Amino acid sequence: MSKLSATMPAALASENTVSLKRQLGRAERMKKLKYGALIAPLAIFLLLTFVWPISALLKRSVDNPEVIGALPATSALLSDWNGENAPDALVFAAFAREMGEIKGTPVLAGAAKRLNMEQPGFRSLMMKTARAMPPAEGVSPRDALIEADERWADPATWRFLARNATPYTGRYLLASVDRTYDEQGQIVRAGDDQAIYVDVLKRTFGMSAIVTAFCLLLGFPLAYLMATQPPKIANTLMIFVLLPFWTSVLVRVAAWIVLLQTQGLVNQALMALGVTDHPLQLVFNSTGVYIAMVHILLPFMILPMYSVMKGISPTYMRAALSLGCPPFKSFWKIYFPQALPGVSAGALLVFILCMGYYITPALLGSPKEQMASYFVAFYTNQTINWGMAAALSAILFVATLILYMVYTRLTGQQDAASKAR
Amino acid sequence: MHRIPSKVRPLAVAGAAAMSLLAGTAHADITVISFGGTNQKAQVKAFYEPYTKATGSKIIQGEYNGEQAKIKAMVGAKNVSWDVVEVESPELVRGCEEGLYEKLDFARIGPKADFIPAAVTECGVGIFVWSTVLAYNSDALKAAPTSWADFWDLKKFPGKRGMRKGAKFTLEFALIADGVKPENVYKELATKAGVDRAFKKLDQIKPHIRWWEAGAQAPQLLAAGDVVMTSAFNGRIATAQKEGKKNLKMVWTNNIYDFDSWAIPVGTPKKDEAYKFIAFASKPENQKVFAGEIPYGPTNLKGTALVDKAIVPELPTAPQNMKGAFASNTQFWVEHGEDLEQRFNAWAAK
Amino acid sequence: MNMIDKNIAALAEADTAATKEDAAPHVTFRKVQKTYDGENLIVRDLNLDIRRGEFLTLLGPSGSGKTTCLMMLAGFETPTSGEIRLGDRVINKLPPHKRNIGMVFQNYALFPHMTVRENLKFPLAVRKLPAAEIDKKVDRALNMVQLGVYGERYPQQLSGGQQQRIALARALVFDPELVLMDEPLGALDKQLREHMQMEIKHIQRELGITVVFVTHDQSEALTMSDRIAVFNQGVIQQLADPATLYEKPANNFVANFIGENNALAGIVESVDGDYCHLRLDNKARVQAVMGNPLKKGDKAVLSVRPECVQLNVQSLGCANRLGGYVTEITYLGDHLRVRVELAGRKEIVVKAPAAQHKHRFDLGDAIHVGINPEQLRALDPALGA
Repeated sequence: MSKLSATMPAALASENTVSLKRQLGRAERMKKLKYGALIAPLAIFLLLTFVWPISALLKRSVDNPEVIGALPATSALLSDWNGENAPDALVFAAFAREMGEIKGTPVLAGAAKRLNMEQPGFRSLMMKTARAMPPAEGVSPRDALIEADERWADPATWRFLARNATPYTGRYLLASVDRTYDEQGQIVRAGDDQAIYVDVLKRTFGMSAIVTAFCLLLGFPLAYLMATQPPKIANTLMIFVLLPFWTSVLVRVAAWIVLLQTQGLVNQALMALGVTDHPLQLVFNSTGVYIAMVHILLPFMILPMYSVMKGISPTYMRAALSLGCPPFKSFWKIYFPQALPGVSAGALLVFILCMGYYITPALLGSPKEQMASYFVAFYTNQTINWGMAAALSAILFVATLILYMVYTRLTGQQDAASKAR
Repeated sequence: MHRIPSKVRPLAVAGAAAMSLLAGTAHADITVISFGGTNQKAQVKAFYEPYTKATGSKIIQGEYNGEQAKIKAMVGAKNVSWDVVEVESPELVRGCEEGLYEKLDFARIGPKADFIPAAVTECGVGIFVWSTVLAYNSDALKAAPTSWADFWDLKKFPGKRGMRKGAKFTLEFALIADGVKPENVYKELATKAGVDRAFKKLDQIKPHIRWWEAGAQAPQLLAAGDVVMTSAFNGRIATAQKEGKKNLKMVWTNNIYDFDSWAIPVGTPKKDEAYKFIAFASKPENQKVFAGEIPYGPTNLKGTALVDKAIVPELPTAPQNMKGAFASNTQFWVEHGEDLEQRFNAWAAK
Repeated sequence: MNMIDKNIAALAEADTAATKEDAAPHVTFRKVQKTYDGENLIVRDLNLDIRRGEFLTLLGPSGSGKTTCLMMLAGFETPTSGEIRLGDRVINKLPPHKRNIGMVFQNYALFPHMTVRENLKFPLAVRKLPAAEIDKKVDRALNMVQLGVYGERYPQQLSGGQQQRIALARALVFDPELVLMDEPLGALDKQLREHMQMEIKHIQRELGITVVFVTHDQSEALTMSDRIAVFNQGVIQQLADPATLYEKPANNFVANFIGENNALAGIVESVDGDYCHLRLDNKARVQAVMGNPLKKGDKAVLSVRPECVQLNVQSLGCANRLGGYVTEITYLGDHLRVRVELAGRKEIVVKAPAAQHKHRFDLGDAIHVGINPEQLRALDPALGA
């Protein structure tokens, strides 16, 4: 090769390399395009079913279209207002005109509902005011509004309106962490009768941690047993693990109610055995929730652990023993670190699933066991406050994301350490 | 049509056929949503079955617990599959203002004068009058409770209590138990101090409360011995008694009554049939059958006159039951509902 | 190589106790039996003495009981009956981690979550040795296998041969009483395997350690071992040094399993001391040395190695001469493989030095084969199964 290039003119050689590079580049590009085309359907699917809804959700948590949509002119004027003296006649005129226009429409009801959310009583103020609008001939809008309700004479009422006439608001997100705006628009702690979400989030994490711990405690030995038994026994065990997957969650929850209720089978058995002389409260409290959630989530813990453990050759344990390490220590030092990726994957899976759990605590728990998703459902279904529902979901989403990042950080390092190539 | 390529044509034809088929069956059948359980069973006997017999149109039944979210979503998406819905009063008013329900044309239902005045609203027509009463299991209690104060008396009447999960009525009963007169309950609740007072009163029995959501749960909890006393809809307890659960008893003292109404979600493609159904269900003879099935009071005055004399004492509208009873204040709940429900929820979760 | 020698010498020096060869056996199996299902014996009545400092190979086809035997010695299996002694201790019930036996596994079993260094430190740390001593021993062991610079790598970052050496170093680093190797070279390619055979043998000899080696590869066994125990169906067929095993197989199984073998069936006609006269199926008469005790009228299998069969001129001096035809000639450089069909459709394979026989005969030629009686062994076909 060296002989060849030596006899060839230098220019020709370099030209050759350039065209070679170009050809290579073209081939690579074609390859990339082909791969791109192959994954395009998936990418589009994810975009439509995952990225888009989540962005919509996040937007919803700060969206505030009701007031600005109902009163666009008034909102624009109020945003220029200094907020100290009474607003000028233009504001009154615009407000009176717009109230007259939206009288009796769902738009007014939407805005009134939104304002009532901040300050109970504002709904009737809005409704009452709208009924008196537009002002009669010759009456100034200002007088007509104050005639309809004298609260319109108070700059505080207008300040309140101005605060809520912005296209975006942080109130839902703030409320999700027990914060709110005060009269001056400063962020302060919410009142005790509203401040529950920090506790609820703590509870969500706490309960998820406990369920995950129980799943790990119960699942690890079983996964180990399955991974070390001959295939026949392992397959039988696997069927038992998978069995719960074949029935719906609702059926399983209903079954737990039947088993655990005051006069249920478990209580009858306990009383017959003389363990207790009066029925134990096993359901509609935390006990029932934990029992059912561990039961439902156990397979999610076992399966990743099993698949990892299955790949760990038994000779590692033998090697450790032959090197003089006692059995338990061998297990802990040699087997467990190798099973750890499965353990952490299972734990993460269970924890994340747990954080989103709704139906089990809703049916088997008391209000004190309800987790974040219950409140999402409450705001979605009961009070139709979708901003609040979106904000709580967003917090949950971010928490999950952080958790996942921590997980990849930890296992990523471990992977880099042990699997580096 | 003639420009459609020949390969596509069979598909188009099949599609058109399917559409016409759907349209053919769709025009008559309507979906009616109510609160389920024995209430719905009574509606089937009194309204649905006779309606099908009279018109030949089927009724698709559904049930819910009064959540308005689904209706709002359907109306918002302009894809409404519920044609007639049973709603409670505050939701009716709110939904009417927010454009969820059609403004009703009473000419298509019946003369307004035939109904109890309060049963006629902009977007709804009353189906029946119902009461929330104190119910108890006489086997589980030594003495019979007589008032909401007794409901709060854990010493005299030990055992778990059942209450409907929500602020509505729960707060009212708490104030009554705390000694507020029925006529002052809503005045008191309109103040911050009054709300605090109600929650403070609820704190006293909070650990002993089992919350229920569907009306059918209350008699179940009582009968199963999970609770000894509960707030309950009078009709549910009455039907349970009729089914042989004689140990379930009602206390009418300071009961709260209200209407449930028919409403038509905006944008249903079967508005005409919905009107036809509502008009049919509002007829006195059908309301009479309903009251016979479940003791809720008719809203059609002519229907009241038809009701079997034996049933009358069980109705919320019977004079002895009305004594000390008070009407749910719809306007109050429209105004304060969201705020108080939210606070209730926060309180319950603590 | 000089460098390694020094390292090995250093390691050997630190381990003087093990180098001394004792008269008393190092390991003893006495009437050991093993069954998993209570019906079939995987190991039947095993009696074996392993000498201190020897390289003993357990050789046999798969399922012959050799691995079970090794596992019982390691402590991963317990004998169903009988006794295993290590020195003067009965170790039947001693758990594996207390046996102080080093082991090299088929797939090396290097801990994937530990670096090479940590792998080597592991047995020493378990023994709670001082850190300085651990480091010294680890360095020495790494140098012994010429992988001193790879200490910080993870096992997956090494080639198969390198992993093999680390596994060997790990089994030796804690100065075990005995080292067991379970087909440790099976995963390597031919060239590397042959290289590792020499290296292992070299280290074993330098350190004077006792090694029990399991393999199913007879050439590996012949190359490396001081003694070989040939297993079949749970029984040791023959325990001997490689030469004896090859030249004087104790029975038909060993004759066939070790090296290439020609087997001819015959019947004993008379016995004369160590020799006997037999009649082959094709009526030819031959004289052979007796490998197993036989008497007149017994059926026998005659065994002869291909390189011990003489052709044409070379066969003239042989006591047994038979005629036949050449059916196949394969040229293999240093020798020819010649297939000869004897009368009665019996075939015999002959390895003939190429220099002597090239171009002397062709396919189909009539040919004479000759076998000396001392190289023709009459064996009892019933033995060795």
